[in-house]
Amino acid sequence: MNLLLKIWRQNNSASRGSLVDYPISGIEGDMSFLEMLDVLNEQLIAKGEDPVVFDHDCREGICGSCSLMINGEPHGPDRLITTCQLHMRKFKDGDTIVIEPFRASAFPVIKDLMVDRSSFDRIQQAGGYISVNTSGHTVDANAIPIEKEKADESFAAATCIGCGACVAACKNASAMLFTAAKVSQFALLPQGQIEATDRVLNMVKQMDLEGFGNCTNTGACEVECPKGISLENIARMNREYLMASAKG
Amino acid sequence: MSGFAKSSIARKVVMALSGLFLVLFLALHVTINMSSVISPETFNAWSHFMGYNPVVQFLMQPILIAGVVVHFVMGIVLEFQNRKARPVRYNQYRGSANAPWVSRNMILSGLVVLAFLGLHMYDFWLHEINYKFVEANPEDPTRYFEETVEKFAPLWRTVLYVISFVLLALHLWHGFASSFQSMGLNNKYSPAIRSFTRLYAIVVPLLFIFIALFHHLNPITH
Ligand code: SF4
Ligand code: FES
Repeated sequence: MNLLLKIWRQNNSASRGSLVDYPISGIEGDMSFLEMLDVLNEQLIAKGEDPVVFDHDCREGICGSCSLMINGEPHGPDRLITTCQLHMRKFKDGDTIVIEPFRASAFPVIKDLMVDRSSFDRIQQAGGYISVNTSGHTVDANAIPIEKEKADESFAAATCIGCGACVAACKNASAMLFTAAKVSQFALLPQGQIEATDRVLNMVKQMDLEGFGNCTNTGACEVECPKGISLENIARMNREYLMASAKG
Repeated sequence: MSGFAKSSIARKVVMALSGLFLVLFLALHVTINMSSVISPETFNAWSHFMGYNPVVQFLMQPILIAGVVVHFVMGIVLEFQNRKARPVRYNQYRGSANAPWVSRNMILSGLVVLAFLGLHMYDFWLHEINYKFVEANPEDPTRYFEETVEKFAPLWRTVLYVISFVLLALHLWHGFASSFQSMGLNNKYSPAIRSFTRLYAIVVPLLFIFIALFHHLNPITH
């Protein structure tokens, strides 16, 4: 397969950056998208050029490191997968592929396609945890009975890998789906109740502080999320937030 | 509390509540307007009541104006914030791949409706203020039907009217159901709310358009 890649190159967060054309040939349909970029980088290195910087780690769809806006969609045209699971067979010989970083003021570009998503970490640190005594009196989590439906919903919310595709897809660069998933996974469990009020207030406050946009319920996040995190989580977070605010 | 007022979720809820209030108001407005097609006398009676009843004039009208102002001011503030949240735009962005056009263009449909509202206030509200308080004319409970029908005589105004209500339909199509999601309601009733939203977003603007065309095609001949 012969392709024309248009890749965003940017030296550092302060420089301007632009799209640069890279024709590439000999790409197999069975290669993953990241393997295709590996091929390109090997060629660039052989020519003594600067390789394209992009994020990746597990390459099996579980870590949330890989990102990339591919032809205008986060993680590319396929649904319910991350960029590392996207295969080149989804493209045709002769295609032009535009590759850009996830864009949001809260996700500044570090270099080329790599962005700083530590704003997500700070939202998580603001309340995405439960406090458990681990000094030898730890209660077995399974000692507390939990309804099957609640456990399933909580688990579904907990599958969020923090990739940021929801922000990248959203026309408002809103982080509501991510934050809602992290609030919901605890809000649905008895273990999460003790800190429930502070959790939602603090996480939403941090989300706003980071400069993410406001949700207008377009639903783009849910469609592009590689883990299928549902908009119901956002409604749940809104409820939790309103109830927590009413309590003070 | 100040944290609450500034929070993105509180602002969403303000948009939702003011929007729902305006949705309710539309139902009242279209009902009264429909009477102008069916019975000019009834239309005159209702218009006179709305124009001179002190509760309507000095309590409900200010609440309505406040609702409109809150809805569009907040909508514009949020739009600016949202633009700031993505200072560098994408070279390629396939919005249509994951969200319907109406949901992505609420600011556009909203601004068109707002511009129409400007014309509407000029046509009717300013006219009333002038008639009642500046010229200090005596009460005339029979004037409304004629005044209204005359407004639809020029083609340009009727066309603007129709365009605005098409945009209002698009605005409602997303906004009505969306306000329930904003307030935290997403459950087994949501599909019914979405269906009702679609029905409402089509029927109400269509009735307004019908009324406009009806009066344009049936002018008062003296
Ligand atoms: S909600 Fe989905 S898209 Fe957003 S960070 Fe989590 S996994 Fe990624
Ligand atoms: S590299 Fe871990 S999810 Fe793609």
